[in-house]
Amino acid sequence: MKDRATPGRAMLGRAVPVLIVLAAWEAATRLGLVSPAMLPPFSTVLVALGGLVADGDLWRNLLASGPRSLAGFAAAVVVGTVLGGGMALSRGFRSVVNPVVQVFYPLPKSALIPLLLVWFGLGDTSKAVLVFLGCLLPVVLSTYNGIAGVDHVLVWSARSMGASRLAIVRDVLLPAASPAILTGIRTAIAFMFLLMVSSELVIATNGLGYLIGSLGDAGSYPAMFAVILTVTALGYAADRGFLALSRHWLRWRE
Amino acid sequence: MTGIEIEHVTHGYTPRNGAAVTALSDVSLSVPQNQFHALLGPSGCGKSTLLYLIGGFIPVQQGTIRTQAGEVRAPGPERGIVFQNFALFPWKTVKQNVLYALSLRGQRGTEADQRAQHFIDMVHLTGFERSYPTQLSGGMQQRAAIARTLATDPDILLMDEPFGALDAQTRRIMQEELLGIWRASRKTVVFVTHDVAEAVYLADCISVMSARPGRIQQAITTDFNNRGDPAILRNPEFVETVEHVWDLVRHEVDVTRGGR
Repeated sequence: MKDRATPGRAMLGRAVPVLIVLAAWEAATRLGLVSPAMLPPFSTVLVALGGLVADGDLWRNLLASGPRSLAGFAAAVVVGTVLGGGMALSRGFRSVVNPVVQVFYPLPKSALIPLLLVWFGLGDTSKAVLVFLGCLLPVVLSTYNGIAGVDHVLVWSARSMGASRLAIVRDVLLPAASPAILTGIRTAIAFMFLLMVSSELVIATNGLGYLIGSLGDAGSYPAMFAVILTVTALGYAADRGFLALSRHWLRWRE
Repeated sequence: MTGIEIEHVTHGYTPRNGAAVTALSDVSLSVPQNQFHALLGPSGCGKSTLLYLIGGFIPVQQGTIRTQAGEVRAPGPERGIVFQNFALFPWKTVKQNVLYALSLRGQRGTEADQRAQHFIDMVHLTGFERSYPTQLSGGMQQRAAIARTLATDPDILLMDEPFGALDAQTRRIMQEELLGIWRASRKTVVFVTHDVAEAVYLADCISVMSARPGRIQQAITTDFNNRGDPAILRNPEFVETVEHVWDLVRHEVDVTRGGR
């Protein structure tokens, strides 16, 4: 609530600690407290970032990572909402799907990278499938819990007005569960970045994760840090952007 | 003419971790058309269960419930309901809530819009059409819920402790307004409450229910000519009736507590 009252000050409040860390980073390297081989100064990283932007490396690899990750993420949102909704609405469906979900839940999805490479090859598909699998469960579980938790009087109310089963799902259950579903999607966005980079780090011929790995192998640490910072900034921007969008959609909640 | 005919309804359920409960035992009740009927009793007497059975929200296990539209098997357009916690769709504005109810009846466009506005004006929510329920007080939310239900013009209005969540002043105002609406629209009303004075003030007939298993212990006709006039609350006859009904309810509460 306070955030909304003074958005400018809230943004400043979040920026100050980050700026302090960056300043400490710069100072520690400049004062020789940390070897530049281990940690290049922040200013050097910025220069390297400029170079990556100028020669098009950053843009080219971003264009490789972005579409396949977003495809996996979007598929996970659609399939996850359907599966979670099905689990909430049908006991039979739940009894089949839930055990699979529970077993799959604790598995670190990155452990599947080698297998997916064998199945889907080195290209886009293996990465998209991994992102899909990683993003799927948060959406499934949040949709399931969200719909299962809808106050039954809302459903009764709609039924007494003559709403069909489809209308109840579309007009009552999904909107009522939307706060939970959006929270699940937000978690999925974080997983998307995580799995995008880790899959490309293992085996890939392009992408931001590949760029981090290859720059590290070549010993170009300032440039490597520049890509890491870029991924961090993208992840942060995606999260804040989605949060702002969610707040707009859920403005009825006060 | 009969509004609602309830014959030998018995209803039980089994809580997740507990023994089977008989919520209603052999309940028979006839509510004439246009009657304002109160179901009064201590908590746990099954009065809300009976209302939900009439609404068709839970299936009838034993016995029958009929309205003019036939035997009750599911919710139907001739029965509208107002819940204690309003059950408005919080993501829709006041106007959108009313319009949604109308759209499910196939009413759209300017005509539906005018109809929605008419009922919003009637419950004194003019100016709050674009407000979301969370922006309104409890009393205003309940007005919106009543407008939404009335807009679809049901013959029977089912009310589940509709003023139970409101403060005393708001409750009194809402009671007077409800009587006004009821007089103007002449619907059959079944009104669940545990508030004795509320039941006597509002209803033509009160069914006092007993607890565990829920039965209708006594039906009391309370016909005050000047009902709805706040002065009636000081009328000796009114006060006497409230006392009389209180005694019946108190007895039921004692039985529930003491376990006899």
